[in-house]
Amino acid sequence: MKLDIVILLLFVIPFLGFISVVATSGKKETLISKLAFVFVSMHLLAVLSATVLWILSGNDALNIPEVTLFRSEEYVFIIDFYFDKLTVFFLLVGSFIMLLITRYSRYYMHLERGYKRFFATILFFYTGFSLTVLAGNFETLFMGWEILGISSFLLIGFYRERYLPVRNAVKVFSIYRIGDVGILLAMWASHHLWHENITFFKLHNQLLVDSTISTHSGIGLFIALCLLLAAAAKSAQFPFSSWLPRAMEGPTPSSAIFYGSLSVHLGVFLLLRTHPLWEHQWLARVLIGLIGLITAIMGYFIASVQSTIKTQVAYASVSQIGIMFITLSLGFENLVLFHFLGNAFLRMYQLLVSPSIVSYKIRDQFYHFNPERKSIFNFLPQRLSNSLYIWSLKEWNLDSLMNKLVFARAKYFGHRLDFLNQGNALFFLVPFYLFGVFVFFRYTNSEHGLMGYFPEVFSFIGLLLVFRAFSERIQPKLAWLFILMNHFWVALSIAFNEHFDLSHVVLYLSGVVVSASIGYFVLHRLRSAQPQAYHLNGYLGHISRHRTWAFIFLLASLGLMGFPITVSFIGEDLIFSHIQESQYLLATMNALGYVFSGIALIRMYSRLFLGPDVKLEYPTSLKSA
Amino acid sequence: MSELKAFFSEEHVLHELKHYLPNQAPLKDFIHHNTLHSFQEYPFEEALRRARLAFGYRVYRPLAEYRKTFFEGRFSESVLEDVIQNHFGAALMEDWRRNLLYKAYDTSSTSSVGNLRAHWKSDHKLNMDKETHPILFRWVSSFLDQGIGFAGFPYKDLSLIEAMRKLDSNSFQGVFKNSTTRSLLQSVTSLKPLLRLVVGVREDLYECYLFDQQFAHPGWSGMVAVLETTSGSLLDRRKISLKDFITLELLLEVDALISKFGERFPDVSARLEDFNNDYFIDRPDDEYMKVLSLWQEVSEWNYYDQVLLGMSRPQAIASYPVPSFQSIFCIDDRECSFRRYLENEDPACQTFGTAGFFGLDLSFKPEHGLFDTKSCPAPITPSTVILESESEKRHRKDNHFHHGSYSLLGGWLLSQTMGFWSALKLTASIFYPTETKSMVSSFKHMDKEGKLTFKFDEKQSREGFKVGYTSTEMADKMAALLYSIGLVEGFAPVVYIVGHGASSMNNTHYAGYDCGACSGRPGSVNARVAAAMLNMAEVRFLLIERDIIIPKETVFIGALHDTTKDEIEFYDEATLGEIEKNRHFNCKSVFEKALRKNARERSRRFLLIDSHRKETSVHRLVKKRAMSLFEPRPEWNHATNALCIVGRRSTNRHLFLDRRAFLNSFDYRLDTEGKYLTGILNAVAPVCGGINLEYYFSRVDNYRLGAGTKLPHNVIGLIGVANGMDGDLRTGLPAQMINIHEPLRLLVIVEHEPQIVLNVLQANPVTKQWFYNEWIHLACLNPLDGKIYIYKHHVFKEYKFCANHISRLDSLEAIRIEEHDNLPVSYLEAQP
Repeated sequence: MKLDIVILLLFVIPFLGFISVVATSGKKETLISKLAFVFVSMHLLAVLSATVLWILSGNDALNIPEVTLFRSEEYVFIIDFYFDKLTVFFLLVGSFIMLLITRYSRYYMHLERGYKRFFATILFFYTGFSLTVLAGNFETLFMGWEILGISSFLLIGFYRERYLPVRNAVKVFSIYRIGDVGILLAMWASHHLWHENITFFKLHNQLLVDSTISTHSGIGLFIALCLLLAAAAKSAQFPFSSWLPRAMEGPTPSSAIFYGSLSVHLGVFLLLRTHPLWEHQWLARVLIGLIGLITAIMGYFIASVQSTIKTQVAYASVSQIGIMFITLSLGFENLVLFHFLGNAFLRMYQLLVSPSIVSYKIRDQFYHFNPERKSIFNFLPQRLSNSLYIWSLKEWNLDSLMNKLVFARAKYFGHRLDFLNQGNALFFLVPFYLFGVFVFFRYTNSEHGLMGYFPEVFSFIGLLLVFRAFSERIQPKLAWLFILMNHFWVALSIAFNEHFDLSHVVLYLSGVVVSASIGYFVLHRLRSAQPQAYHLNGYLGHISRHRTWAFIFLLASLGLMGFPITVSFIGEDLIFSHIQESQYLLATMNALGYVFSGIALIRMYSRLFLGPDVKLEYPTSLKSA
Repeated sequence: MSELKAFFSEEHVLHELKHYLPNQAPLKDFIHHNTLHSFQEYPFEEALRRARLAFGYRVYRPLAEYRKTFFEGRFSESVLEDVIQNHFGAALMEDWRRNLLYKAYDTSSTSSVGNLRAHWKSDHKLNMDKETHPILFRWVSSFLDQGIGFAGFPYKDLSLIEAMRKLDSNSFQGVFKNSTTRSLLQSVTSLKPLLRLVVGVREDLYECYLFDQQFAHPGWSGMVAVLETTSGSLLDRRKISLKDFITLELLLEVDALISKFGERFPDVSARLEDFNNDYFIDRPDDEYMKVLSLWQEVSEWNYYDQVLLGMSRPQAIASYPVPSFQSIFCIDDRECSFRRYLENEDPACQTFGTAGFFGLDLSFKPEHGLFDTKSCPAPITPSTVILESESEKRHRKDNHFHHGSYSLLGGWLLSQTMGFWSALKLTASIFYPTETKSMVSSFKHMDKEGKLTFKFDEKQSREGFKVGYTSTEMADKMAALLYSIGLVEGFAPVVYIVGHGASSMNNTHYAGYDCGACSGRPGSVNARVAAAMLNMAEVRFLLIERDIIIPKETVFIGALHDTTKDEIEFYDEATLGEIEKNRHFNCKSVFEKALRKNARERSRRFLLIDSHRKETSVHRLVKKRAMSLFEPRPEWNHATNALCIVGRRSTNRHLFLDRRAFLNSFDYRLDTEGKYLTGILNAVAPVCGGINLEYYFSRVDNYRLGAGTKLPHNVIGLIGVANGMDGDLRTGLPAQMINIHEPLRLLVIVEHEPQIVLNVLQANPVTKQWFYNEWIHLACLNPLDGKIYIYKHHVFKEYKFCANHISRLDSLEAIRIEEHDNLPVSYLEAQP
């Protein structure tokens, strides 16, 4: 049973590394980098020994339930690990790359402000990566997935005193979140499909999966599509691709490890991990292949017109991942692994040496200058080639498309509720809510036909409030309250939906309420300290003055969005389990509410605390810089 | 800005813009210059105040930093009092002392540029920058791209606007979103009608608007303005003008307005009431600025005082009738410590300093190279080309930069083949850095084994392409060189002429590390050619006519010092005779030892190297920096520079000046008229002053006047760097070049009579401006009375020292290599 412990270590080591770096003083550069290096080396050793032990023990896929975090009659929340070829492969690559990057950054980051923050964040990222790769069920995977999202946000916005990194960090986080809708819904649907939180181990029991899916082909397809959504968002596939180059705002090694090598391939990992869920559905496979094909071609054209090196590497990588999607849809899993390995290393290296391109290419031209560049554009009719050039230069309008399709919609709905303001919000919403609660207690056993609509109606109100918070520009506290209220409406709507123990609701709301109070307190303090610069209409950069508050507010926001640092995370999952199999609409609305409240909160945090200092007391870059 | 603004003059405004925009060439031609060159007509203090008011720059160190340094006891009390005394007299001493030390000030800054365009957001809820910047930057960078994109810009031989027109009419969807904008693109010829649409009827606002617009992205605008006049900075040439660029931006703004508001869109002044259109103002009574400028003076004189005191008290130095060897270096501050070690290793040797192009205004065309590359100071247009032959090809391909790896099938194949190779390469270069094909190495500039054609060659010359120098030209140039450094007699048997260059990896600003006097190239060609000329019998014969007699046994040897790795390469060693070879061999070992010790001293500034290890292993670690992928500071370049001494080495050989001084040799006895001094000061002011001020401003406002941290930099079109994919080009120096720089203005100390120096300045108004406006301080060490005089308001006044002694170092071994900060000026004990 030694292997079990080693496998547990694979998660514990990066986590301890993260904790120990956080606990070290920021002034001790050498200690920080050494700690990081030691923990990552230990991790590599652990991965190697786990691999050896695993091969010696017959290299069968292993399922290891670690901790049961919650148990009720019909619901269990287990942290579960799974160990198979795919795990080994991703961990080996990940651990090795981390080792290179920690060593690289020790020198590269020397004297940089935020040295500790950098190492803490990449170890946090690596904790998330390990958890995702080791995950044995959707719940565990989702926890890792969430950590990846937040650490991405922190690293893209590493230069938090500048405007563009912060804006792009919010943008990328938002798109990641959109992908999270996919995982949430897939989690919900598979829960109903198998009436338990199914492990990946069981999914590999082909008979079980086939028999279930063949009787529920609709829900099977739904799951496959949700997974595809999550994978496409994470791996920057069509139509999400435009976030990848925009993520290249952090120090080069962080861009290399995240967007050159590890993070960007996790979409591929997700599809590989869940392939029993989609491989027998031709429609899903066609879609995966199609998305891959579109991305591959699009990525190629966009890469070919780029004049900035990191953007070019990003699109080149995206188009290779497109090819991986195609290969996946054709069923060549081993080929995909091989391709992933090569692409990860190649792009990482290309990003790391990207500053050298100036001297290298100038020198190259000095000796071999040829003004004519040959590319596919030379072989097309002029008009078509010009149009393609313009089209690719504008990145196929993907960036604005995302805005129009998703975020502008959310704002539109939010603005419908503009009549709710500081003065009257509670006046409208509290009585309405109390009415809901009253109906719940009074008619809870009634079979009245109207009752069937209540869950959707309440959930919809919650969602609208989230959109309202998302579009709020003036009152941070108001936006904050709207998000808190969403959780209450969701709780109410679920209460109507199914009969269950009220303790589930308490579990769900407790973490949220605590976080909300802390955050509210910080907002209150911030307003009295900075009455002139307290709004959401632009980035204010208060972090240079109020570092501690900023940190507390970030934690509170994470708590309020259901991030796995409070019990609300389990509650969230529990709530989903009370949405019935047929209630796609309700599930979708809840998932959207969950996702958008996260976006709105990170946006709030960023606007209040990040960006160039609004009071110009601290040196500040131009916004365009 | 103009007085008369009621009418908009396109020509005038474009001229004004070009005056104020950053003046920085593409990366390959990066040369240091005064960042605030546009304010140079004003005295330093006023200029900084004005620049801050107009653009919101930080122009001094933070007040808290000055105060902290003072309370730590690192500024002398008497210097502080002296500075206040000079400005306000004794009566106000206490008030100003209090202001400097304790009074609280509002340290926030504002700027007037940007105020008009801010009304898009406040009055019309439109984030104009967000709408136009990314796409504008992408258009112009694709147009100028020198080889990152593998699909070239269509119609790149036309000017920017013509190319856009052609692209627009020859495509399905056009370059803008709206048809109105497309037809405007085809018809527009001047800025005014576009400004009428965007800014409105108030012509008096047009100039403000354009300033707002262009200074929202000074990097790109500056680059375009530079390329308009020097298109030769691009190997793949383009026709671009600031007017074209602004036209494109205005069109994009119109396009954004139509998209948001429809055809009847508002202009920016629609709801504008009061607007102060005078951007360039001054507030002489700003107390906070005065306090900062006084602090700056305190920090400067606190250092200068020690230097001047040291120089005014020369120490006895053992003298040798015949020098063992002589070595002529570049004026560069990085040679300062190296020369010190040479003299320490062999006290009988002599070193000299002069601008590192050694008086040769040449450009160099390597064999196999398709272009020639300028190798003399930026303002000079080279008259002569030096050709290379019999050299090996010095460019090896690295497939990681190959376009194929970004393409679809190429990428598929390469990622699964070369990808694994990348993993190995990366691992190797992270754990054991070695030379790679992608690194910049100073020794690659010229092939040591190749031959140079430096004698005038009529056959290969043609119009505008003169190959080599005639004998008379050579003699003239070499005589001027030798006279200006005061080496006209007492030649040693071996005289070295040493250029310098730098090596680095992953460094976009590599050109800034090479020799500034050679336009950001290594000085190997100049050094080698100068030495070869001086070895020619014909030239020596002609030099006799110019009163320079070089003994027959004296031989000149060209060399290149790599300042990053502390390595040296000697040229044409094969042509030496047997005795000469032996002499050279002896000197070589002196050079080797000096290099090792120099590396060891430099390592005290590299925090991650333990300087107490064995000398050879410290040197190995220093060398490694040049080859390390992950090293953003291969060397410190000019950081900490603060001095320039123009005089005989004997005025400063007894001083430990760290590595902070540009040293230019000059013998006043050979220059009673100030003829050579004129040449030296004309070069020192813009070159050393430019370096110094670029470091100054990049250090005090690294966010706006510097390039910010280089760690996230993204290379744009091979011409510049930006943050992320949508950022503006960054000008100035990255944070990694200025971490340890203490921003002090340059103090030039000339060893000559004050009156002669005054005469020289009087005759050269451009040079005088630098000193008169106090962008550079000027002091005179009068050889007649040994006293120091300070230049202020056209006169030299005797300087009274604040300190009365400086410390003493028993030997160079006593330098505290465990200290990371600046070391105090000290006397060096003379070597036996």
